[in-house]
Amino acid sequence: MAKSAKLKVILTTDIGLTPREIFFKNLRRYFSKNGWLLLLILPGLIHILMIQYAPMFGIIIAFKNYRNADGIFGSKWVGLDNFKFLVASGTAWHITYNTVLMNSLFILTGTAAALILALLLNEIYASKLAQVYQFTLFIPFFIGSVIVGYIAYAILSNNGFIDYLLKTHGQQIISFYMNPEDWRVILVIANLWVGIGFGTIIYLSGIIAINPEFFEAAQLDGANKLQQIWGITLPLVRYLVVIQVLLAIGRIFTANFGLFYFVPQVWKNGGLLSTVDVIDTFVYRALYGGSLTGATGIVSLGMAAAAGFYQSVVGLALIVGANMLVRKISPEHALF
Amino acid sequence: MATTRHTFLGSYKLQKRTTNALIHTILVIISLLMLLPFWLVISASFTDNQSLVIDGYQIWPFHFSTQAYSYLFMSPDSLVRAYGVTAFVTLFGTFFGLLIMAMMAYGLARITGSTRKAFTFFVLFPLLFSGGLIPFYLVMTKIYNINDSLLALIFPYLVSPWYVLLLRSFFNQLPSEIIESAKIDGANELRIFFQIAVPLSTPALATIGLFVLLNYWNDYWLAMLFITNHNLFPLQYLLFQMLQNAEIMNKSPQVEHVAVPGQTLRMAMAVVAAGPAIFVSLGLGRYFVRGITLGALK
Repeated sequence: MAKSAKLKVILTTDIGLTPREIFFKNLRRYFSKNGWLLLLILPGLIHILMIQYAPMFGIIIAFKNYRNADGIFGSKWVGLDNFKFLVASGTAWHITYNTVLMNSLFILTGTAAALILALLLNEIYASKLAQVYQFTLFIPFFIGSVIVGYIAYAILSNNGFIDYLLKTHGQQIISFYMNPEDWRVILVIANLWVGIGFGTIIYLSGIIAINPEFFEAAQLDGANKLQQIWGITLPLVRYLVVIQVLLAIGRIFTANFGLFYFVPQVWKNGGLLSTVDVIDTFVYRALYGGSLTGATGIVSLGMAAAAGFYQSVVGLALIVGANMLVRKISPEHALF
Repeated sequence: MATTRHTFLGSYKLQKRTTNALIHTILVIISLLMLLPFWLVISASFTDNQSLVIDGYQIWPFHFSTQAYSYLFMSPDSLVRAYGVTAFVTLFGTFFGLLIMAMMAYGLARITGSTRKAFTFFVLFPLLFSGGLIPFYLVMTKIYNINDSLLALIFPYLVSPWYVLLLRSFFNQLPSEIIESAKIDGANELRIFFQIAVPLSTPALATIGLFVLLNYWNDYWLAMLFITNHNLFPLQYLLFQMLQNAEIMNKSPQVEHVAVPGQTLRMAMAVVAAGPAIFVSLGLGRYFVRGITLGALK
């Protein structure tokens, strides 16, 4: 295939023309054929250049001591100093650990819960209630992270719902916003609550697509429900699960900013940073709220840019690797 | 033989009915657990502020009060303004974003030659690698100078590479005979796009449009980065400000002398801000379901 694509078409009318003339002739032909299409592409192209590509060059400030007065180009080069500081201060390890650990927990719990719910919904899919359950699981997805922060506050604050229950049962109240260790669990639950509907729909659509004849045949052979799930459903959706998990691993270096920022309300609960500070919140805090330094010390914009650069590079490697694996398993599911 | 078969089916049906009842019970409990947090916020918003501070957030508003809502609507200026900003940004951004993305996606689907691959890679690459927040922020504020404007809330999200690629795969599936026959009839690509491709892909455009709409409606991020002017606060950012400090609502003279029902006011604010969005979203739920399966299974 690669070879045939390289063969150039030589038209009889091209004979006798210089290569230069052929080039311009092809160019004219290309534009007369694609001119309108290029015009359609142009606005999007300019936007992507301005918003996505221009900042890629701004990455140079990760290697500079950025100062507002000097600007992006005027600031002094400092080589790898920003990176060295991140590593030496332990920050790099700290935010990487939190990001990867929390995302791993999210992938594990999210996949398991979504798969179980999809199996349950599939059993009663004929019932009209199935739609109702499905939409109910979905509602938290629509409300945005800030509202999730409000809801968390209603449940977890010192007069929140849980402490109210504890009080009425004569128990000691818990100050969740002062216990960093609790937040791994809290964020796992919050993430499940927000994202469960999404994952369930993906797996449910995969299960529904299974040919019902498989189940009928298994029933005739006397297989019970659990045996059918174990022997038919799970092996057939295994690919879908593996692909979803691989793609999630490809994004494991990117955290859901809203979840980690609004739910623990880190701007006033700096004590929680030891468990909830992830790469994305760290970089944002360097930009705003620099006074709240918590576990990580004072951070310059250059250092934050260095953290962002490191996140992007590792992220690129992960997503390309994950995509290669997905391509091996099932080419049509690969991102590229 | 016949009787054994009959009882086998009978017991199977009975077993199935008990399993289904069990599954329904589990799903009802999970659904209630999913809804409980919403209910807590609604209940709190209808509770007397004093009682909320002392007793805590309860399932039922025992000390019923609409104090928070009357306070909220006594001086609704900042809320109304935020709704206005969000509505404008959402409508404007969704319309132009969808238009530009659909145009680009159609172009990518139809363009010929090796440029097709090059353009597609150009769109794909930002999904894999980005400059990160700090360079993005500096480019936006120092080079384009678009902070503190409505443009700052709209422009960065207009084109999302992922949606362009999804739309492109829709346009790829359009039957080429229709397009070719329109070409033979003398229509140029611009006309084919607007008069044939767009009408034929309205379901796809609606699905993507809904996601774009939700992105704009729920966005706090651009405001967190670029907006300091109170008059330009979108809804989610106002909510964030209120989470930090409920008194931010206390700006107008007619409410200066009234004590702020801090806790309940926050919850009322959350209800007023999220309520309409939830209802609209539920109405459009099936498009979301389709969009999600599409993005996952491509």
